[in-house]
Amino acid sequence: MKTSLRWSLFFFLTPVLLWLFLLIVLPHIDLLIMSFRMDTDDGKTIWTLSNYLNFFHEPIYWLTFVRTAVYSIIVTLLTLVITFPLAFYITKVVGLRFQGFFMTIILMPFWVSELVRVYGWMILLRESGVINHFLLKFGLLRHPVEMLYHDSTMIMGLVYTSMLFMVVPLISVLESLDDGLIEAAYDLGANMWHILFKIIIPHAVPGIVSGCIVVFMLTLGNYLTPNLMGGKNSLWFTEQIYNEFIASFNWNQGAAFGFLLLVLSSLVIWAGLKMSGQKLSQVVQ
Amino acid sequence: MQIALSVQNVIKKFGDFTAVDNVSFEVPDGGFFSILGPSGCGKTTLLRMISGFIEPSAGRIEIRGRDMAGLSPNKRPVNLIFQNLALFPMMSVAENVAFGLQRRREKKEVIEQKVAEILARVGLPGFGEKKIHQLSGGQKQRVAIARCLVLEPAVLLLDEPLGALDLKLREQMKVELKKLQAQVGTTFVYITHDQSEALVMSDKVAVMNSGRFEQIDTPPNLYNNPKTPFVARFVGDNNTWSGRIIACTQEGPGEIVAEIETAEGERFRVRSTDRFAPGAGVDLFLRPESMLIEPDADIADLNRFQVVVKSILFDGANSRLLANPLTADTELLIALPQNRQYDYIQPGDKIAIGWHAQAGICFPKV
Repeated sequence: MKTSLRWSLFFFLTPVLLWLFLLIVLPHIDLLIMSFRMDTDDGKTIWTLSNYLNFFHEPIYWLTFVRTAVYSIIVTLLTLVITFPLAFYITKVVGLRFQGFFMTIILMPFWVSELVRVYGWMILLRESGVINHFLLKFGLLRHPVEMLYHDSTMIMGLVYTSMLFMVVPLISVLESLDDGLIEAAYDLGANMWHILFKIIIPHAVPGIVSGCIVVFMLTLGNYLTPNLMGGKNSLWFTEQIYNEFIASFNWNQGAAFGFLLLVLSSLVIWAGLKMSGQKLSQVVQ
Repeated sequence: MQIALSVQNVIKKFGDFTAVDNVSFEVPDGGFFSILGPSGCGKTTLLRMISGFIEPSAGRIEIRGRDMAGLSPNKRPVNLIFQNLALFPMMSVAENVAFGLQRRREKKEVIEQKVAEILARVGLPGFGEKKIHQLSGGQKQRVAIARCLVLEPAVLLLDEPLGALDLKLREQMKVELKKLQAQVGTTFVYITHDQSEALVMSDKVAVMNSGRFEQIDTPPNLYNNPKTPFVARFVGDNNTWSGRIIACTQEGPGEIVAEIETAEGERFRVRSTDRFAPGAGVDLFLRPESMLIEPDADIADLNRFQVVVKSILFDGANSRLLANPLTADTELLIALPQNRQYDYIQPGDKIAIGWHAQAGICFPKV
């Protein structure tokens, strides 16, 4: 009995462990080593901290880094503010019959790839795009306006991309909220805001935190949307990493940046968990 | 006495369906009023209209003489105890109880004092710091009651709050709830489908059926003088026996005695609700506990007949005999007192049954 249990555990766990080790741990160890090495001019490879020091010496690097962090947090909060009422509406206001329908509508955009979605936005927003065309036609604008390549456009695109990952945990946590609690609070004299802040949000905290973690990590590591919608003025840290690996062919520098990004996301998530008083093990459930 | 709650001709329609149909009643201050009815009879809808979650389609609800039309639940001087209690699991017991007081922006010291007082009153002193999930079913019950009572509502509404408890605890809470109500003097409006809860606790009970009140009366009156066949069937147990009127006589003011003949040819004298014409079809309602087994021959004024015992349904104090009259298949339940006097009765035995004319009642056949 005991040996067979151990055998089945081993059997089912092996693929996961192999996958984790070969595809995640091993490459990261290699990247970590790489980030502390540098090719000198005479062709030798030496141990060095210069890859990390470069980051602090060049303002463009750490400014992009801070920008990416701040914008990711803004995107996360915006996504939360937009999707919370949506999730509440789907779970508590519309009947059970329409819940599936609404979920499908939210899922629908994710049936096409992110690339196609971003190009969709570009067709709408660019100078010769659909929106400009109609604005000109109805005489609301005299000259077409470039709506792409602004930070705000990029944030909108990132929020749009992230919405699903926020709405799913929110819906599942709000579904578990007993309607009776809302009614009881209402009956005891609470108004809408009391109910929201005393009952609904405290109940939804685990869902909010897990949604925020996912959205924040996805946004921080997103490459496509900032690159295509933000244009050249809106640098994202992933673009710096890409540039080091592909354009400059400086893998050591790129590896160092990659690790800095990892540290950044871990730090922000840790701070977020501390602030909301949640434990990671509860949130990922 | 001041009227705490007055409901006047209230109607609630959902589309074509009338959930509450022209209901009127008044509850005096400090009264314990129960609404008793089977599930789906509209009692919860009525309660939700009083608490403000639903607006009536027509009619008027007044609390302490103030019209409640258009007032939302958070503005009404009533509080509702939910069927599942709806305690806030994210808060401690004290925070739950303080919730309503905080909404009224009372001072912190006042809140603390009131919370401690009410917790002591419901028998949970020092439970303030506990989490809701640490409490037992009965304790949760009390916290829910404390959470409402601390707000000193004009009327406390209770929506089958004992439904989730097990039998023993329910019996105990019934008595406690009644005692608590007498102590605090708050007006209670209690809805339930459990007749024993309604009968034990209430000053007055309204029996509700498909949206209408069948009868509003004191518990003994509901039991002894049901006004409709539904009340006769729903409150307590009753055997139904169909028969035909032979004659009706007026024996006093409001006291009519009918002589009836059942389908099997048994002749009884029984209290009647009206003066029926001879030959009219009636239903005779006879409670299991109003039938005497093998009555002494010298007791006057008894209706007597013979039955054959089919089986003995043993249920402790609530044991019954299932029996047929000699000539027919009508099934009768007869209370079997567990005082060892009737231990000799076996299935198949032929026994004599007697009952007093005032113990049964007949209604026109529907």
